[in-house]
Amino acid sequence: MPSVTPSLVTHAFARVRPVGALWRLRGYLKPFRTQMAIMFAAALGAVAAEIAVPLLIKSVIDGAIRQGNKQLLIPLALAAVGLGAAVGLLNMTRRWIQAAAVADIEKAIRDDLYAHLQRLQASFHDDWQSGQLLSRATTDLSSIRRFAGFGLIFLVTNVMTFVAVVALLISLNWWLGLVTAVVFTPVLPVCVRFEKRYRVLSRRVQDQQGDLATLIEEAATGVRVLKSLGRGREAAARHDAQAAEVCRTQVEKAGLLGSFWALLDLIPNAVIGLIIVLGAVAVSMHSLTLGGLVAFITLALQLVWPVEAMGYIIASGQEASTAAQRVLEIFDTQPQITDKEHKPDPAERSGLRAIGPATRGHLVFDHVAFSYPGAAEPVLRDIVLDLPPGQTVVLTGATGSGKSTLLQLVPRLADATAGSVRLDGEDVRDIPLGRLRTAVGCAFEDATLFSASVRENVMFGAPDADEDAVEAALTAAQARFAYDLPWGLDTRIGEQGMALSGGQRQRIALARAILAGPDVLILDDPLSALDVHTEERVTRALHQILAGSTALVVAHRPSTVALADTVALLSGGVIAARGSHRQLLASNPEYAALMDVEDLEASA
Amino acid sequence: MTADVNSWRGVAAEKAEEVSAGLAALLRERSRRLLGDLLRPYRRGVINTITLIVVESLAALAGPWLVGIAIDTGLPPLLHSGDASPLLGIAAAFAVAVAVQAVTTRLFVTMTGRIGQKVVLELRRRLFAHFLSLDVAFHEDYTSGRVISRQTSDLEAISDLFEEGLDSLIAAVLTLLLVGTGMMLLDWKLGLVVLAGFIPLIWLTAWFRRESGGAYRRTRETVALVIVHFVETFGGIRAVQAFRREKRNAEIFSGLGQDYAEANTRAGRLIAIYGPSISLVGNIITGVVLGYGGLLAIEGDLKVGVLTTFLLYLQRFFDPLQDVSQFYNIFQSAASGLEKISGVLEQDAGVPEPSDPRELPALNRAGGTGEVVLPGASTAGIAGRRVRFESVTFGYRDNLVLPALDLDIPPGQTVALVGETGAGKTTIARLLGRFYDPRSGRVTLDGIDLRQLPDPVLRSEIIVITQENFLFDGSVVDNIRLGRPDATASEVEAAARMIGAHDFIAALPEGYDTPVGKHGGRLSAGQRQLISFARAFLAAPAVLVLDEATSLLDIPGERLVQRALRTVLAGRTAVIIAHRLSTVAIADRVLVLHRGRITEDGPPGELMSGDGEYAALHASWAASLA
Repeated sequence: MPSVTPSLVTHAFARVRPVGALWRLRGYLKPFRTQMAIMFAAALGAVAAEIAVPLLIKSVIDGAIRQGNKQLLIPLALAAVGLGAAVGLLNMTRRWIQAAAVADIEKAIRDDLYAHLQRLQASFHDDWQSGQLLSRATTDLSSIRRFAGFGLIFLVTNVMTFVAVVALLISLNWWLGLVTAVVFTPVLPVCVRFEKRYRVLSRRVQDQQGDLATLIEEAATGVRVLKSLGRGREAAARHDAQAAEVCRTQVEKAGLLGSFWALLDLIPNAVIGLIIVLGAVAVSMHSLTLGGLVAFITLALQLVWPVEAMGYIIASGQEASTAAQRVLEIFDTQPQITDKEHKPDPAERSGLRAIGPATRGHLVFDHVAFSYPGAAEPVLRDIVLDLPPGQTVVLTGATGSGKSTLLQLVPRLADATAGSVRLDGEDVRDIPLGRLRTAVGCAFEDATLFSASVRENVMFGAPDADEDAVEAALTAAQARFAYDLPWGLDTRIGEQGMALSGGQRQRIALARAILAGPDVLILDDPLSALDVHTEERVTRALHQILAGSTALVVAHRPSTVALADTVALLSGGVIAARGSHRQLLASNPEYAALMDVEDLEASA
Repeated sequence: MTADVNSWRGVAAEKAEEVSAGLAALLRERSRRLLGDLLRPYRRGVINTITLIVVESLAALAGPWLVGIAIDTGLPPLLHSGDASPLLGIAAAFAVAVAVQAVTTRLFVTMTGRIGQKVVLELRRRLFAHFLSLDVAFHEDYTSGRVISRQTSDLEAISDLFEEGLDSLIAAVLTLLLVGTGMMLLDWKLGLVVLAGFIPLIWLTAWFRRESGGAYRRTRETVALVIVHFVETFGGIRAVQAFRREKRNAEIFSGLGQDYAEANTRAGRLIAIYGPSISLVGNIITGVVLGYGGLLAIEGDLKVGVLTTFLLYLQRFFDPLQDVSQFYNIFQSAASGLEKISGVLEQDAGVPEPSDPRELPALNRAGGTGEVVLPGASTAGIAGRRVRFESVTFGYRDNLVLPALDLDIPPGQTVALVGETGAGKTTIARLLGRFYDPRSGRVTLDGIDLRQLPDPVLRSEIIVITQENFLFDGSVVDNIRLGRPDATASEVEAAARMIGAHDFIAALPEGYDTPVGKHGGRLSAGQRQLISFARAFLAAPAVLVLDEATSLLDIPGERLVQRALRTVLAGRTAVIIAHRLSTVAIADRVLVLHRGRITEDGPPGELMSGDGEYAALHASWAASLA
């Protein structure tokens, strides 16, 4: 339902109030109007049938039994059976429809959320912890689903049940009915108050469990460090202390729950006790029949659930509202890196590849500056760099000099704050993202692999590539080891599959960048985790591949510098020097400090 | 979804997370044993809670019974002679029953909560400690993801069970038993009518149990895939956007979401049938009881009060079954969680603590006080220890890495290991750090088998630094102090200065107190590595093992570390593995390893001038610099 998202986004700067937030999501209910209507009707029908049964009991006792009329008994009993069956069947219908409807609503919102998140720029994802996004896509959407399927319907039907039952009670005996209604009323605030306190404690348990999970996660991922330093005992002490916190809050929660359940037992039972005594008086005064008394008690018991559930429903509504607010917080974040205007791109279809690679891929940094929001100093101040088509420039610089930042400006993972990056004369911000990112291929230092097959990971940027192309890319990246994995290229890698070494991961990521066949290759220290032998082989293969495309390569090692037509030194936010490795080594002391390994060796 | 749409995920050796039918009985036995063991300290508490719930159930049953008595024996005197005393007596008994019920409910819920959470706490402690005691090989095979989910979702499922599941199960069973008995006692004919209703209910419950097992498992499996895909997408958003992956991802995500929605729908529909079916059966029985009871009443065989009691009982008789359906999911998750946890707890450490620990000979330090010598202080006082590999064989599964390694490293010597990937360098480091034990032969420290050293001793003597420079959430100083928790601030700073990390740390916004962020995310890989060096030096071990520890550093960083190592390693035994030969420069001795065998052994200068593998390696390396 992509049509829903834009309408949500237009409210971007409106202050979102919780209930308003839920209301803004109403569009997702629209496709399920019919289902919702049937669910309401079924719920109301079930309530009506349920209320009618005590009246039948009254007739049986006052009519059939008192008068000894067996003829009267049969239709009454049959009616009771019929009504009872109707209650079951109506509830079954409602829940059957509800099961699919709410699951589909949840999925529709989640799909839109996912699509929107994919559009948001990388810096947004840097600022948000992945757990925060995940809890919006799971926990919060579940809250909304529960309310849509359950709370919303019972909010209405329970109020109607209460009114109808009280009306019936009053019609049976007006003063006893009023007394019952009055005595039942305090249950509502008690429940609401309980739910409030319970939610506070639940939230606290969740927070504490989250902190505990952090410790557990750290210990699990850092287990080798903990073991090799022998710090298990300290880690266990921290864990145990936090676990004890969780335990304390849970016990407190159990105490609250105990009081609440006790109260919930107490109030309706006390009402029945009261009805017995007062009802007996009413019977003795002939203002209530014996059957009326029994009907009265069974009816009064039907008030218990709607009143009890009200607290839960209100809490569920509040929870869903807060959840909606949190979800809208994401929907209301506008993507900052977007296409300038939506126009069909003719170049995409026609002859993008027809022009020889040597004439494409002219990359120019024209007085580019970049600073992170809120940072005092810009990372890049005035970058001027010209990469003619087919040239390979190796970019080097001290840690934190902004090399990776500079690379990100090319595929627009971030946008320059001043100046422009131009590809073949066109500002990258004017090129449709789809075309730009087809023309630019990347591999990063921390090779991002996904829990999917090797093939899927390599074909990440070239979904239509054939087996031969995949094989050529793997060969070039020295990643033919993938064929020897247990299931060959179908072997799942990533977190959920085969564990690969850092070097293997980098080679797969490199194969991915090569297979995409870009005009411009952006490589961020792509060989850092390779051993000397493999690095040499990859470098040799890369040499051939890079001959055809423009490449900007970040490197920390002289061995990678061998790839370069020229080397550029990034320092103080500008390109401080440019030349060959030898030239810079001889003329630039900063470069020499970064790249000269002679002294490491010489000191031997 | 077609096969094509699913093929992206690839094939992997799926771990049997769920229990196969054949093993089920055994595992249930195993979790029962664990549960019994955990509950043993609370035996009296458990007995008390059971007593409470029985009293509570009896009190709850007394209510409708007393209503019936009130109608049959309390009302007539009031109607005929205006005598209210029997009725008031019954009302008083009713009040007592209500009060008892409220009090026992309160106590029962609180007590089960307390015992349950204490048990969960104990289980958490045991599990965490046990995971830490298990060897690295186990962790590598089991993966951190599973270690985490055992301790989070599985334990939370057990906690949920204690919180909201267990009491309702017990209450449900008791209510069924007691109400059934009560009805038979009141009127056996009418009672039999109610019991007849049980036949469809038993059948329904068995059906639900059978079907929902698979259905809930499916929801858990499908949501797990949704979560993994979601987290991976946004963890790797740069790759996703750079490769225009959005559309394909949206298709995959939608497919996974569809599976989850379908699983949810199916689980929801099972309850949609089961829950209302129970009330349907209950309602029909109520109608039948009304008719048949009315008949009996007309013929004078049944009093109206007893009929009322029956009707009131029926109203609550079937409710507990509804609860069971609600909580079945919780039961199932908790049971499967407990099964997995008990499996982990019974896992033996592949690298066990010694049963007859031995002590190391005292180190011959200059001060002779046994005080830990600070890095940066005079290194004259440090003495290394002798490390020996005696006919050590080792392999991973059927892949033999070390056929039979003999190696003697005298105290204070720095040895560099050189060789191709897979030659066994890292294996030697791991055996020395006792991440694994040899298949045969032994590794000794000053003549004592590593297997006979208690873990705290071993860890203070031998430290392995790898390129996996893991930092924990906390400040820089916290992370360095991990090397020696009782170190003072100035000792921490000395260690940092020593390794050349002081300058960048001092330049951080809050200096040594700067939080490093999750997994050290605010620092660069090189900076993280320098901190992990600092913490190892702070620990001042007798033997230091560097496994590719400098590979992530840039050249200035490596230069710093190299310079520091000269001082730090003086007088210490050290084993250095590096794929860059520059690191080898500081070694006293170089070992060239080929398929687990030492092919060359000698001082670097000597090997370089020879015509062996090392000389060839060195030549090609020197060429790459030009």
